[in-house]
Amino acid sequence: MAHVTDFRYSIVAREDYSDVTFMLEVCHPLMARAARPGQFVIVMSHADGERIPLTIADFDAEAGTVTLVIQAVGKTTKEMQRTCRVGAELYGIAGPMGIPSPLGHAKKVVCVGGGLGVAPVFPQARGFKEAGAYVIGVLGFRNRDLIFWEDKFRAVCDELILCTDDGSAGMKGFVSQGVLRAISDHADIEEVVAIGPPLMMKACADATRPFGIKTMVSLNPIMVDGTGMCGGCRVKIGDKVKFACVDGPDFDGHQVDFDDLLVRLRRYKEEERVALERFNEDCRMRTVPEGAKVVSDLPRARG
Amino acid sequence: MAKKRTIRSIPQERTPVRELDPVERATNFEEVNCGYDESEALLEAERCLFCPEPRCVQGCPVGIDIPTFIQKLGAKDYRGAYDTIANTNLLPAVCGRVCPQENQCEGVCIVGESLAPVAIGRLERFVGDRAIAEGWVNVPLVEPNGFRVGVVGSGPAGMACAADMAKAGCEVTVFEAFHQPGGVLRYGIPDFRLPNSVVDAEIENLKKLGVRFQCNTLVGRLFTIEQMIEELGFHAVFVGTGAGYPTMLGIPGDSLNGVLSANELLTRCNLMRARDFPNVDTPLPLGKHVAVVGAGNTAMDALRVCLRLGAEKVSCVYRRTRAEAPARAEEIHHAEQEGIEFHWLTNPVEVLGDDQGNVRGMRCVRMELAEPDASGRRRPVPVAGSEFDFEVDEVVYAIGTNANPIIGQTSSIRLNRWGYLEADADLATSLAGVFAGGDIVTGAATVIEAMGAGRKAAVGMKRYLGLPSEEDAAAETEFGIPGGRRNFARVRVA
Repeated sequence: MAHVTDFRYSIVAREDYSDVTFMLEVCHPLMARAARPGQFVIVMSHADGERIPLTIADFDAEAGTVTLVIQAVGKTTKEMQRTCRVGAELYGIAGPMGIPSPLGHAKKVVCVGGGLGVAPVFPQARGFKEAGAYVIGVLGFRNRDLIFWEDKFRAVCDELILCTDDGSAGMKGFVSQGVLRAISDHADIEEVVAIGPPLMMKACADATRPFGIKTMVSLNPIMVDGTGMCGGCRVKIGDKVKFACVDGPDFDGHQVDFDDLLVRLRRYKEEERVALERFNEDCRMRTVPEGAKVVSDLPRARG
Repeated sequence: MAKKRTIRSIPQERTPVRELDPVERATNFEEVNCGYDESEALLEAERCLFCPEPRCVQGCPVGIDIPTFIQKLGAKDYRGAYDTIANTNLLPAVCGRVCPQENQCEGVCIVGESLAPVAIGRLERFVGDRAIAEGWVNVPLVEPNGFRVGVVGSGPAGMACAADMAKAGCEVTVFEAFHQPGGVLRYGIPDFRLPNSVVDAEIENLKKLGVRFQCNTLVGRLFTIEQMIEELGFHAVFVGTGAGYPTMLGIPGDSLNGVLSANELLTRCNLMRARDFPNVDTPLPLGKHVAVVGAGNTAMDALRVCLRLGAEKVSCVYRRTRAEAPARAEEIHHAEQEGIEFHWLTNPVEVLGDDQGNVRGMRCVRMELAEPDASGRRRPVPVAGSEFDFEVDEVVYAIGTNANPIIGQTSSIRLNRWGYLEADADLATSLAGVFAGGDIVTGAATVIEAMGAGRKAAVGMKRYLGLPSEEDAAAETEFGIPGGRRNFARVRVA
């Protein structure tokens, strides 16, 4: 039973895709075996840390690893970017959480990933491919320097449409325009899966609505436990309230109230700003002495 | 005993307990109730009449032998008192603090018919705290029996079941989805009512019994209940995951920023220690005026947490009256002392927002009580035209929970129509070897009821595994000795 009761959550690989995006492979054989496309984990990087939800970007049952792709945008993720080196351990990782994406019998699908959504849509693209579907990938990045996993997607997609905001690679424009191109090329698309920032998913849902194509989105609201216990992640789906952690995270994009989601994501904006400022200040202080430990042991003033 | 005690001979007044000053304590998370010291406990112990047919034992959900433990306490045999309690309740320090004694043991105490009842809860806590301080734990001399038991959820139900199965010689692993064990004792009940150090101590006791805790493990998703039996080698499983899916009011404005469930508030504050933000990363901003909807223990905890987090004004909004409020009497009393405003017979009909999606107020309606409903409590009905608004910037819902869906989503265990797990009289579920108890079976209840369920499930589990069980033995008559009189006291080794 050692494999059940001795979790260490070691980071066994890391790759940096840009100065904000990095990939971690975490050793967790049971989770690697249990994970399905569309599921997420809750990560705590240290004992005083917050619990943040991260969609599983890949999993390898044989290697016993789970892959996370993280964008360093706030205090916690920036700190992880600095501390999560190979050989380090996460304080906690729980999951897989959420209902796996229902990879139905659609024969032709579009899998859309924008920004931080590129990695998490990969398991779905692969899942659809394995289920025998014709998979069209649509990936969006701000510019060519931020592109990652193009080869991974090419391996599981029958077609790949790359979009960049500035046109430095692929087509110039947003992924929603990429989706429209796919729709104009293929009249028989049965399903679109879109993962990324809320505005991007909203744009994709708006793009497919006139065509009546089923569009699934993966919602990532603020969570604490990830097990349905706190209700912090509640989202409006049609006229119903759902908890993204246990009723989702995948929902019908045409039913999602994205405006409500955007408002709720702003709940802790001020606190996020305070935390990030303190962190940046802390980093600035740490860069001076090489032995960072000395500084970190100082009592921290309350901001 | 030299002389038989009578209602006239015992101390007439219930020994008061010291409490922190309400003004001072409302700014910190120190425990409010200081507990009895030795002389106070001895004085209060003199008030027990040692009734030949004690009603308090029947009033206790786990049937603690209350007169015996009080007798031993009175004789300064504190270890003996602890052993007596620990025979049926492994968490005296917890239960002494959080049980609704007025509805249980103390509610039926015979002394209570003419005087204030014996302060059984405070005496239990005295013994429990003494045990923690002295490091007492009853580790029985039991040969490992080779059976492996998995417990899903590390709250009071799971802890109780784990303890009993470990004492029976099973190898027990408790799985917890959070990063720290304890369930509602950890994330729910705040430090000023149940310090985390007490929870830690009780969990350490379980570890001494050989129970292993595995945190960060979401059973159902990481592996299923069925897999625990079929692949992971567990011979029996207990599911005590709690109710855990908070009810929202379902009124306009529910999704505004500043509306949150009591579970979220308490988890952020107690488990994630948001009160230390930004020294910890989890934030919990509160406005100036917080309204908490509901009047159960969770509502009282939420109210008092908000006060301690610095809210200027904290109001309780409840659609019935104080008499129907489900919270422990002491909690309401403490909340009142600390300056919580109570709005009885008041029901929210809408949460009002500003143009940024933040709460700016709440629209309520006055209620009046009509004839009793199914719960026996008088049904509140709105008074027509009595709507009024008041300014709040944070609204906390403490109106109960629904069944958490995860086990239902991931296993074939039969559920009832409300989504709770179906269990028979022995708390066996529809899956062989799988037992369940606590809130996930009954819906939201109390810590001691959950513990009682965990112990009851353990009896059924032992029977299922073919293990000798003192509960089974106690029902029979052997050698002419009625089972109930037989001595099952444990051999003490620690």
